[in-house]
Parts: sequence; C-alpha cells; structure tokens
Amino acid sequence: MNPGEPTTRVFLVDDHHFFLAGLRAELGGQFEIVGDAAEVDAAVDGIRRTRPDVVLLDVHLPGGGGRAVLEAVRQTHPEIRFLALSVSDAAEDVIGVIRAGARGYVTKTISPPDLAAAIRRVEGGDAVFSPRLAGFVLDAFHGDLTGVVDPELDQLTAREREVLRHIARGFTYKEVARRLHLSVKTVETHVSSVLRKLQLSSRHELTRWASDRRLV
Amino acid sequence: MADEDTSAALEGITTTQASHRQAGGVRGAPRGSPGGSSWAIVRSRDNRILLGVAGGLGERLGVDPILVRIAFAVLAIAGGSGVLLYLLAWGLSVEPEAATVAAGPVRRPNGRQALALGMVVLGTMLLLRQMGLWFGDRIAWPVALAAAGAAVIWARSDDRDRARWTRAGARIPGNPVEALFSGRVGLVRIVVGGVLVASGMGLALANQGTNLAAAGNALLAMAITAAGLLLIFGPWTSRLARQLAEERRVRIRSEARAEMAAHLHDSVLHTLALIQRADSAPEVVALARRQERELRAWLYAPPAPPDGSLRPAVEAIATRVEQLHNVPVDVVVVGDAPLDARGRAMVDACQEAALNAARHSGAPLVSVYVEVEPDQLTGFVRDQGKGFDPERVPSDRRGIADSIRGRVHRHGGTAVVTSSPGEGTEVQLRMPRTAS
Repeated sequence: MNPGEPTTRVFLVDDHHFFLAGLRAELGGQFEIVGDAAEVDAAVDGIRRTRPDVVLLDVHLPGGGGRAVLEAVRQTHPEIRFLALSVSDAAEDVIGVIRAGARGYVTKTISPPDLAAAIRRVEGGDAVFSPRLAGFVLDAFHGDLTGVVDPELDQLTAREREVLRHIARGFTYKEVARRLHLSVKTVETHVSSVLRKLQLSSRHELTRWASDRRLV
Repeated sequence: MADEDTSAALEGITTTQASHRQAGGVRGAPRGSPGGSSWAIVRSRDNRILLGVAGGLGERLGVDPILVRIAFAVLAIAGGSGVLLYLLAWGLSVEPEAATVAAGPVRRPNGRQALALGMVVLGTMLLLRQMGLWFGDRIAWPVALAAAGAAVIWARSDDRDRARWTRAGARIPGNPVEALFSGRVGLVRIVVGGVLVASGMGLALANQGTNLAAAGNALLAMAITAAGLLLIFGPWTSRLARQLAEERRVRIRSEARAEMAAHLHDSVLHTLALIQRADSAPEVVALARRQERELRAWLYAPPAPPDGSLRPAVEAIATRVEQLHNVPVDVVVVGDAPLDARGRAMVDACQEAALNAARHSGAPLVSVYVEVEPDQLTGFVRDQGKGFDPERVPSDRRGIADSIRGRVHRHGGTAVVTSSPGEGTEVQLRMPRTAS
C-alpha cells in the first residue's frame, strides 16, 4: 500500500466478535477499515455515515439478517457494493443475498488472500462467484424453460454456462479466460451478466429450487 | 433470527402454493352454462358444502363463498327465507360441465361487493320483518350480528390464517354437512338437535306475542337452540379444533428445530470455520472441515434425497478423501440422477482421481465437479498441484490413470487426463446415460 494511493474503504458487518477481530487483523494492512457493526440497525447507520466502497456482510445477523441491511442501504446508497460472507452454504441464503443485491458470495473458510482478492474484484464492479455459487446457479437454471417469462433473463447463454462450469470446476477467472480463449475482461462480463440474471430473473424454479433446499 | 428465517420460509411456501393454485384456476376458462346461457349461475364443484350454490354464487359475484353462506344462514334464521332463496338459486343454477371443473379464476374477496351483499341481506331482513315473516327481534338481530362479526373476522384474517383453517378443515373427512350423517349416532343426534332448535325457536316465537319482557324465557329459548346446534355441529367443530391444535404443535416443533439449527449455526459452525482459517495443524483443520460438513448436512439436509441417488454419492467422496489424506475437497454437483451402474462407475472414477490428486499432487485443495446432463454425465477432478508431463508419466501414476480409464471405458465412457508440470492436473470424465 503506497501512501497517497487511494485505498479501498471497507465496512465490516458480523455479529461474531472473534471473527470480526480476525478480519480486522487480516485486512487492516491492505484496506482502510472504516467501521464495523454487529447488528442490522447499527450496520445501516454506520454504512450510511461512512459510505464505504465495499461492505463485507455476514448473511446471518440479529435483527433481520444481512438481507435487511442490503435492502435498506441500497435504497439510499445504491453505489455501495456488497460482498456477502457466510459460514452457511445453504442455497437459500446464497441466492437470497445475491437477489437482494450483493455482488458476490464467499464462505467464511476462504483464505485471507482470496478474500482480499474478492473485495478488490467487487470494488471494481465485478461479480465474485465461488465454485459452489456457480454450481447453485447452474443447478437453478437447469431444466426446461416452461413458465419462463423473459427468455433473455431466464436462461443462460451457452457461453455463460461454459464460464460458470469452469468456475464450478475450480478455475480462477484468469484460467477460465485462457482455457476458453477469452480475455479476462470478457469472462468478467459474462459473470456479471449471470449475476444480473440471477438478480432479475423471474424464473419461478429459482425460488422453488432454493426453498426446496432450505433449512428444516 | 430463527423466527424470521422460519416465517420467511413459511411465507415463501405459502406464496408458491398460492401461485400454483392460481395457475390451476385457468384464467379465462368459459364460465357459461352448458347451453351457452351465460347468465346462469354455475354451481361450484370444488367449493361446495351442500349443493355448490353458494360457491357458484360467490365465484359469480366475486365474493368469498363463505360470506355468501353466512348471508344464506342469516336469511334462513330470518323467517326461513334463506332456505327458500337457496332452493330458488339452486333451481336457477346449472351443474358445471366436467370440462369446466376448474372454471372461474379464484377472485379475491372484494370489500365493496361483500358490503353490498351485507346490505342486500339487511334490506331483505327489514322487508321480511315488515311483512311479519320474522322469528322476532330477540333472535334475528343477535344472530345477524354474530354472523356479521364472523364475516368480518373471516374477511379480515390474513391469507395465512385462512389457509391454515382451510387446511385443517380439509383434513377432516367430509364437510360439516356430510359429517352430520356419519357416525353411528348421527341420525339420533340430528333428530334430537333438530327438535331442540325447533322448540327453541318456537318458544321464542310464542314468547313474542305475550310481550312479557320475559327475559328469562328468551334466554331459555336461546339456550335450547344453542344446545341443539351444539349437538348437530359439535363433533365437527371439536375435530376442527383438534386439527388446529395438532397443526400448532407441529409448527412449534419445527420452529424449535429451526431455532436450534440457527444456534448451532451461529456457534459451532463459526468455531469450525475459525479453526480452519487459523494456522492450525493440518489434521485439526481436516477434522474441523469434516465436522463442519457433517453438521451442515444435518442442519440443511434437503428433504431426504432418495437412497441411491448420484448427488450424495459424489458428496461422500469429499469425506473419504479428507479422512485418508487430510486434503480438503470441494464438491459441486449440478442436477441429480438415480445411481445406476454407470453413475456408480462415474462416482468411483471421480473418487479414484480425487484420491490420486490428494496423494500425489501436493495441492492444498482438490475440486470435484459432476454434472448430470440430459444425455450424459460429466465429471471433472482437478488440482492445482505440481502436475506432471504426460509423456514421462511415473509408472505408478500411469497405473492409476489406467484404472480410472478402465472403469469408465467398461461402461462406454471416456476419460481424458490433462496435466503439465507446474500447472496441476485435471481428469475429465464423460459417461453416456442409460439410453444405451
């Protein structure tokens, strides 16, 4: 981090103080941590006050969950970007926060360097798909297209599917680009487009699929 | 947190059901009668308690059939005119054709129309009162008020309550009227109940003339009537109450489970995640990872995947490899299929490849991806380890590659191993599905 270079301002939202402390220690050297919060209302207030570039958001929070923070903040500050972070891999949680507007989803077991890279990617306006999230999306967009309302939004193109498959197989964006003879930028464009479809699609299987796999 | 999750889930489920129902209720289906006389009321087939008249009328007017039934009941008490009207409406209405069973979209009860219906009933009552066809103010007005109250409760209750009542009611065999005639003592009960109701009302009628302000008599009349009604409808009502109580118990149980899951999620899963992030010994990390997987499988178990399906078999690879080699394995499965011989061969080949990668590649992570496509199964096992030059394969690795290939070839599939030094290794497996 060079002095004078603008650093990414990050806000942390997590109700586990141990975890929060760990994140601060890991990310403090590379990012400017502008604040943290452990529950929904404090998070919304803090984010609105500090206007960070990226919010690292725990999915499970007392007072309405990460989703409530996303929905409240996006109404007033749509430019703030969210990276969801959760110990849960449940499909409902993942699809839920993405549909509420998060630009990516990583699990809490992610290594510190990977987490830092994911924050940078989200800050740059790109989407962050873990292999598991890519698998969820492929699964949710799987199957026939009955009941599809908007064919543009409700299905993936062959190229997008191919990119997602590679991510699900564990390849980084750079590796995907090399293997498919694309530029990294094109891969990012495909992933962002998938993210948009995931957020806007009315594909009814998406909801059903997620609720079929939910807790209890 | 748990509560919100649960209620969100319930909401989600209710919405899905509602949309299914709406989809079933075929929009724009013909609502006319068989003969094409579109003015006639088509009696409802799905929504009937007696003859489907109230259901049909409700669908026609866009009012909840329950409100129509209440209106008929009130008018029946007001001089018995409701019974006449019901029979008249039955005479004027037609049976639905078999083909138009699902006719009529489920219209939401409309406040204005419900109010209009109430006004019609009130007007009719006043008219009947004027004409002398009247059981007397002491009976008619309280009953009308009670009915109006019930109607308001029904109309005001939210969809979830209503869905719950309807569900509980639906689980009781038959409807209130059918239930009357069931059971060994059904007939006796009805006769005795009917006599009580009739005598109660008769007493009230007789009472009316003498104008004694005999509140005692009126009370007695009401008590007798109530006893009769209780005898007739009591059993059904008590069964409904039992159903509701049972539903409530089930709901409380599932809420308790959700709460426990949320608690475990918050505490134990986090601890396990922290252990994996910290620089713990590899065995500890592997243990934490395995326990996390097991706990998560228990917490988020999808509704019992059928035994012998592909997905759990692939997911089990991770546990096995981690147990043997302490190397974490990321498993992603897209789609699912029954586990036939070819599926089994695919799973075994993937496991072989993953074990191989864990043993030789030195990579910190192995990725397994299996997708069920309409005509084939594809599997990819990948590591970012040291890789090797396929031209100069050490003999032990060649043997393993052959054994992977052999498994797949026997079932008509293909296996390709790509690797280069420093780039990691990927095994690609393809297997046609049962359409042989």
